[in-house]
Amino acid sequence: MTRALIVLRAGPGVTVQDRGRPGFLDHGLSVGGAADMLALAEGAALLGQSPDHAAIELAGMGGIFQARGNLRIALTGAPMPASVEGERIAWNASHPLYDGQKLTLGTALTGNYGYLHVGGGIATPAFLGSRSAHLQAHIGAPPGDAAVLPVGDDPGTETGLALDPADRFSGGTIRIVPSVQTSRFDAETLARLQATTFTRDPRGNRMGARMAFDGAPFTAEGQLNILSEMVVPGDIQITGDGTPFVLLGECQTTGGYPRIGTVIPPDIPRIAQARAGDPIRFQFIARDAALAIHRNARAHVETLAPRPLVRNPHDIRDLLSYQLIGGMITGEEET
Amino acid sequence: MPPPDAFPVIRDVGLTGKLVSFADSFSESANRAALAFRAALATQDWPGVQETATSLTSVFLRFDPLALSHAALDSHLGDLLARADWFAAPLPTGRTLWRIPTVLGGLHGPQFADAAQAAGRDPEQARADIATARVRVLTIGFAPGQPYMGQLPPAWDIPRMTTLNPQVPGASLVVAIRQLIIFAGPAPTGWRHIGQTAFRCFRPKADTPFALTPGDEVTFHEITPEELADIAATDETGDGGATREALT
Repeated sequence: MTRALIVLRAGPGVTVQDRGRPGFLDHGLSVGGAADMLALAEGAALLGQSPDHAAIELAGMGGIFQARGNLRIALTGAPMPASVEGERIAWNASHPLYDGQKLTLGTALTGNYGYLHVGGGIATPAFLGSRSAHLQAHIGAPPGDAAVLPVGDDPGTETGLALDPADRFSGGTIRIVPSVQTSRFDAETLARLQATTFTRDPRGNRMGARMAFDGAPFTAEGQLNILSEMVVPGDIQITGDGTPFVLLGECQTTGGYPRIGTVIPPDIPRIAQARAGDPIRFQFIARDAALAIHRNARAHVETLAPRPLVRNPHDIRDLLSYQLIGGMITGEEET
Repeated sequence: MPPPDAFPVIRDVGLTGKLVSFADSFSESANRAALAFRAALATQDWPGVQETATSLTSVFLRFDPLALSHAALDSHLGDLLARADWFAAPLPTGRTLWRIPTVLGGLHGPQFADAAQAAGRDPEQARADIATARVRVLTIGFAPGQPYMGQLPPAWDIPRMTTLNPQVPGASLVVAIRQLIIFAGPAPTGWRHIGQTAFRCFRPKADTPFALTPGDEVTFHEITPEELADIAATDETGDGGATREALT
């Protein structure tokens, strides 16, 4: 029996995601990949494996999954009520999921994108170096009910670890730096951008997120005559109606709307995870400050150190499941 | 906005991108400059540069600012720009001439007459314009493998429509601003839908998933709807009956 994760019930927002396909911009293919790359790294840390492994991304809604063979799992990103065979288990933690056991994930409590990781990673066929579904490019598709997702070899054995991630699930202040057309916006407009409290609009997906607000449209000099140029995740386009639209990983590769600024990479998950109605503010910061934040964020990802799940009083309600699991992956799993 | 004589110009795209632009409106020489400059970048091997790509008149670089500082990259780029007259550079080598069977007008190109009128051409002239045009792939973008091809004669400098086509089919031929696109997949667009091919720009199952490369040249060989149906029914390659010939 090949180890696998069986999808018993999952909505259209459930896809396999990894770090995406960098390197194909010149062919018109954007990087895609997990909407919250930090969550991908957290799952890898919890399972003690490379962040290159593919996981399951769940947009908003949960799902029901079943183990074929003994698996290790980790849950990260937007917190969702999670249970194994009716027993509540902790989010931001790793757990065993034994052969035949069912994992039930509910609707996200805050944020948009929850992640289900497995030891060894989801091992569906790679295309151009990635297993990520890129829905806009018609690469891959939601696996749908009854799909059997193969799981890779898992040399790890440890479960029962937890992380305490920074809250990035309810909007907040987003740090930005200039982009190609920032200088086409006058000082008053740039000041108004930073003084406005936006709310994440319901219109949004893995391509990007619209920022709703009250007030006059944002406009740039000569905005109708901008030649289409390469755009990147984090770019804040001002669309035809004067509303900011923040691009995410599955954006098109080129765009002709003026870009007022670009979100620094560490703050992109905060945009992706903000749900409709969450407040968003933008703040220009100096390049040196942005680089320092970027450096710290990278160091943080590289030094993520899970703690034992049992030590935190908040996890006590999960103690039972913890005690059941310790070190019980036996290595007898068939592959 | 940089003044016209400032080109080429180097600009930031957020924290991890640079854009080297050779013009802020389309010109054939700026497009050639972008293709040549990117080809030159590919031989540089600067540590920290992760990816390069061209758009119509610019070259984009994605880089790691913790491995290569903005100042150092700006300096490298300035030095390389000064090394040649990029506007006079030849086209890249290894290009291909494609001859793509295409149905023009009718149900397969419902806005052909409208486009011809916008261009001030009668339908027969318009048909001849497209059927005899030899256009170059100026850039690939927006969607995987999707080519922007040009330039058509000046009469075809027609604007995009203000009301979008709700959806044109994959492999359809559309026109605006002296350029043609073969759509990679079904999509809404402000470009006028004038024809239909069976040419798949993006072939996820093929060894070469992206058919076209910037610098390739394309002609459109007019066929009947019946011939297109035959091609579509039998083609397994994605070429849609297109022939190819090495240029250079």
